[in-house]
Amino acid sequence: MTEAAAPNGEETAAKLTLRGVSKTFRGANGAVTALAAVDLEVAEGEFVCLLGASGCGKSTLLALVAGLERPDEGEILAHGQPVTGPGRDRMVMFQEHALFPWRTVLGNVLFGLELKPGLPRKSRIEVARYYLELVGLTKFAHAAVHELSGGMKQRVALARALAPNPQVLLMDEPFAALDAMTRERLYGDLQEICRKRKKTVLFVTHNVREACVLGDRVVVMTPRPGRIHGEFRVDLPRPRDINGIGIATLATRITATLRAEEPQEPAR
Amino acid sequence: MTKRVLDFAVFVLLLLAAWEALVRAELWNTVLLPAPSTVLAYLSGALLDGTLLDAAAVTARRLGVGYLAGMLAGLPLGLLCSRFQSARDTIGVLALGLQTLPSVCWAPLALLWFGQTEAAMTFVVVMGTTWSILLATADGVRAIPPLWLRAARTMGSRRLHTVLHVLLPGALPAIVSGLKQGWAFAWRSLMAAEIFITILTGFGLGQLLHYGRELHAMDQVLGVMTVIVAIGLLAEQILFGPVERWLRRRFGMTA
Repeated sequence: MTEAAAPNGEETAAKLTLRGVSKTFRGANGAVTALAAVDLEVAEGEFVCLLGASGCGKSTLLALVAGLERPDEGEILAHGQPVTGPGRDRMVMFQEHALFPWRTVLGNVLFGLELKPGLPRKSRIEVARYYLELVGLTKFAHAAVHELSGGMKQRVALARALAPNPQVLLMDEPFAALDAMTRERLYGDLQEICRKRKKTVLFVTHNVREACVLGDRVVVMTPRPGRIHGEFRVDLPRPRDINGIGIATLATRITATLRAEEPQEPAR
Repeated sequence: MTKRVLDFAVFVLLLLAAWEALVRAELWNTVLLPAPSTVLAYLSGALLDGTLLDAAAVTARRLGVGYLAGMLAGLPLGLLCSRFQSARDTIGVLALGLQTLPSVCWAPLALLWFGQTEAAMTFVVVMGTTWSILLATADGVRAIPPLWLRAARTMGSRRLHTVLHVLLPGALPAIVSGLKQGWAFAWRSLMAAEIFITILTGFGLGQLLHYGRELHAMDQVLGVMTVIVAIGLLAEQILFGPVERWLRRRFGMTA
């Protein structure tokens, strides 16, 4: 999808707009309200972290923006246009790498590019190789997926998501399953890549420090039903160090807010 | 690899030597079981006068046609069963039932419907092949992680593209084992069919074996059996060996 001429109106400023979005899942154990009347705006080029405990609806929110689910109420706009389904302008990275084992590393990065119309084979391979280099995996282009470490798999998934050049990157706890050292290196890489490629990012996490390191803004969500509780602007210079004092101070403040919000256990 | 081939060759030679020795020592009645040298003599004779190659060619053609037809029916039907519950409850259950039926049971009906023709032969092979391929495809596609489908959707994959580029390759390990099983069934079905159904358009390995029985030429029966085993082994190595090695490399399976 090319960037359509922006329709008249105030929507042009925000890359992503959610207005009064609600979503309820009906299961065997009755209905669960995953999201209740959520409003959110993400500016062009902004890195927003959605932070919350499991069950606060943050992943649901991401799936809605991705177009993988439809909201029951409210509207979602991407670049001023209503979201009606998945689109190449919004690529998703999942907690599990979701790579295709029958394809090589390069073949995986090519998958989205093959679906982009008007791209000859040669340029597809060029683009894929560019993104493999960006994530530092040039040497593994022809490796099988199962030969890679967990961190490398997520790098390939990142390259695959970046390759069709989406304006928006949606990331659903992409580093949660990695060990701490790999994760910290990827924080640096991701910040560097976003600076280079100017992406608008919506990043879901339950890790307070991770949110502080990566986000321009941290949006805190609370569960039952999933709502936006508040937000923190992160005015720290980049690249940020997860062990820096600034991050620690902010993380402590955010954690304190989350604690205050926890329902009090009734005394027995 | 060479060591493994060597191991097998030595094993077979020892087996044959022991068998030959038992016959030569007259501990064994040659009417019941001729010596390997007798079988070898038959084989070289039949090979030289062309009987064996002609029969093998006829059998291979029938097998190829029947197997291909079974595959062309089994794959799409399996795909259908994987996507729709109603297809599973109908075609799926039928396939499960028919898979348990040895396909040579179709021989009387095949003869009635198609007469003594190649079509009757092909029909029996198709009935032996289709069901296991269908069932393996259906199960394999259903076992694909939903996350792969979500990821493919976000990258713009739809309908036919998803089928060709996610569902089929994703189910490939299961499909290949289904194809292998289908191959084994096809081979068995054809041998049974050739022994049961006499037709004039071609004289296959099964028929050669059948006439060996009629003439009480056990060297011929054993010779043809040897050829059947050899073809089966070769096909396994040539057709499925490379695919399975590729699967192991890509999917990282130890199976």
